[in-house]
Amino acid sequence: MPIVSMVEHSLYYPVPRNLNYMWNFGSLAGLSLIIMIVTGIVLSMHYTPHTDYAFDSVERIMRDVNYGWLIRYVHMNGGSMFFIVVYLHVFRGLYYGSFKSPRELLWWLGVIILFLMMATAFMGYVLPWGQMSFWAAKVITSMVGAVPLVGESLMELLWGGFTVDNPTLNRFYSLHYLLPFVIFGVVILHIWALHTVKANNPLGIDMKGPQDSVDFHPYYTVKDLFGTGVFLLVFAAFVFYAPNYLGHPDNYIQADPLKTPPHIVPEWYFLPFYTILRSFTDDWWLFQILLGWWGMEAKLAGVLAMAGAVAVLFILPWLDTSRVRSAKFRPLYRVFFWLFVIDCLILGWIGAQPAEQPWTAIGQWATLWYFAYFLVMLPLISRIERPRPLPHSISQSVLGGGGGAAVAAAASPMEKSR
Amino acid sequence: MICISRRLLAPAAIVAGLAGSVASATAPAHAAGDGVAPKEVAWTFNGVFGRYDYPQLRRGLQVYREVCAACHGLRLVAYRDLAAIGLSEAEIKAVAGEREVAGEPDDEGEPTIRPAEAKDRFVSPFPNVQAAMAANNGAAPPDLSLIVKARGGGADYIYSLMTGYVSEAACKKEFKDSQGKPLVPAEGQYCNTYMSGHIIAMAPPLTEDGQVEYEGKGAPPASVDQMAKDATAFLAWAAEPYMVERKRMGIKVMLFLLLFTGFMYAIYRQVKKDVKGHA
Repeated sequence: MPIVSMVEHSLYYPVPRNLNYMWNFGSLAGLSLIIMIVTGIVLSMHYTPHTDYAFDSVERIMRDVNYGWLIRYVHMNGGSMFFIVVYLHVFRGLYYGSFKSPRELLWWLGVIILFLMMATAFMGYVLPWGQMSFWAAKVITSMVGAVPLVGESLMELLWGGFTVDNPTLNRFYSLHYLLPFVIFGVVILHIWALHTVKANNPLGIDMKGPQDSVDFHPYYTVKDLFGTGVFLLVFAAFVFYAPNYLGHPDNYIQADPLKTPPHIVPEWYFLPFYTILRSFTDDWWLFQILLGWWGMEAKLAGVLAMAGAVAVLFILPWLDTSRVRSAKFRPLYRVFFWLFVIDCLILGWIGAQPAEQPWTAIGQWATLWYFAYFLVMLPLISRIERPRPLPHSISQSVLGGGGGAAVAAAASPMEKSR
Repeated sequence: MICISRRLLAPAAIVAGLAGSVASATAPAHAAGDGVAPKEVAWTFNGVFGRYDYPQLRRGLQVYREVCAACHGLRLVAYRDLAAIGLSEAEIKAVAGEREVAGEPDDEGEPTIRPAEAKDRFVSPFPNVQAAMAANNGAAPPDLSLIVKARGGGADYIYSLMTGYVSEAACKKEFKDSQGKPLVPAEGQYCNTYMSGHIIAMAPPLTEDGQVEYEGKGAPPASVDQMAKDATAFLAWAAEPYMVERKRMGIKVMLFLLLFTGFMYAIYRQVKKDVKGHA
């Protein structure tokens, strides 16, 4: 049975012995996906994808289906949990250089998963047919109209009509059910690629022999189970004690195409991208210098920038050309990495603010910094930075023995407490 | 242990940072326009061990039926659901029977009307939005089934709104309109501290003590404040009927997960001993 050999292979494959807790988030993302698929399948048994019934059918799940409230709250908060662990997973990859050779394919598959997740989450949020569902769908799908020449037709294809309506809800439901299985497929490829190139580690150096590795089972299965416990504690705290904290109250009002909410905000995990989208206004100097003068619409630039904010991750292996993977040995990169994290948090914060000054200006500077980090600073940093010397091997570094002890200690003062 | 805690700190700090940024990011978006922060009430259903006070919910139902129901529907709640707050079968039948719903066509195929039954959902006061608007100066009163979840501030906000009316004179003195001039409610409008923009189309629903007659021993005096609290508690239940069950289950789940996580941590420590440098 190939499935048996696959499981056996995944359990007894060599993993670097020095992984820290940041390596827990991959398996947690996989767990989140499974939780979402299982709860989603059950919800779909009771949900009605029709503009007249969708909202009420969700409330029927909440009130009349046995433990429907539990399943729905798990699914609703599960989306947020999924994004939290995936974002941490991505930032871990950035910090420790997991996107660098030989793991480019692994990284690209991950970016594809991220894209698919975003599409799935966006369409899923529309299904309860609350006010935010409807207006978020309206705002985001209308963006497609900015595409030159085919924009209008694309938008009508997306809507299945001339506005967000029943056909839109139906196709979003269909795709929201389909895409998770596509994600599942890409996740298998992602794990396959991982097992081919093996896991990166906090030192960012290759495993050179059995002394550098341990078997996945039991060493990391147990560690992952511990991480799973912590994750589920956080998850359960939201589901049972603050199930609506991450949502918007307006989504408990049925969609009304004639009543625009005062502030249309997406779910928290889209806020940074929403800021990037909204930063491109006609009067932004950067837009005018770069794109506006040859007649590009600000709206289109915003759409492209929003997509580009994720797509830029694809070309990351060529932007950051440093041969040293881990930020541990890259003093300059490390500083800019943390500035980038702060920048992402600022983008998220601005996304929840109304489109007014001073928020717009702050958001524009944060957007500029976001792209400058990838397109300007990373290539520069990797060229001018002088990385600190790498330890000879993982085992030498973590065990601190042998002639290379001095090198290892100098290379990783953080590890000395061990 | 020291190295473990330090390694735990990094992701913990990131999670905390994320949560913090989410909190600060969502908070302003949820604030109701330029409304004032609602009054905080020590609801019995607040907190991890929160429970509904069933006598209070029944008083709230009474306030809803005698005051709110004149204009506001509760269309997602079924009459049978009232059993959960302690109404007997006969009482439920009596509450439902006050309203009429469309029945099955009769033998000649003519449409029929029958009294509502336990299986039906609360019958709304108006047949459609147009009728609701026509009867209410153009502003349809919202359905109350989910009102506590559909407003930032939740139960505190609903209670504050019901008790937050101010006189026209006070309105002019305290609030400004969009041009910065003293705020004056138009004909058929009222001034309310907690409403976004401070102008509301709903007349003050609870105006005098004893407006609803509470019966039974142990019932508190029906002050305006008490009635507002009771009605709000009832609406909180209507929006989230399974809240008590949810919080109760949550305690069991959290305790189990704590145990599970503790065990896994112990096993992890054990396994870790075999491999020096294994993190």
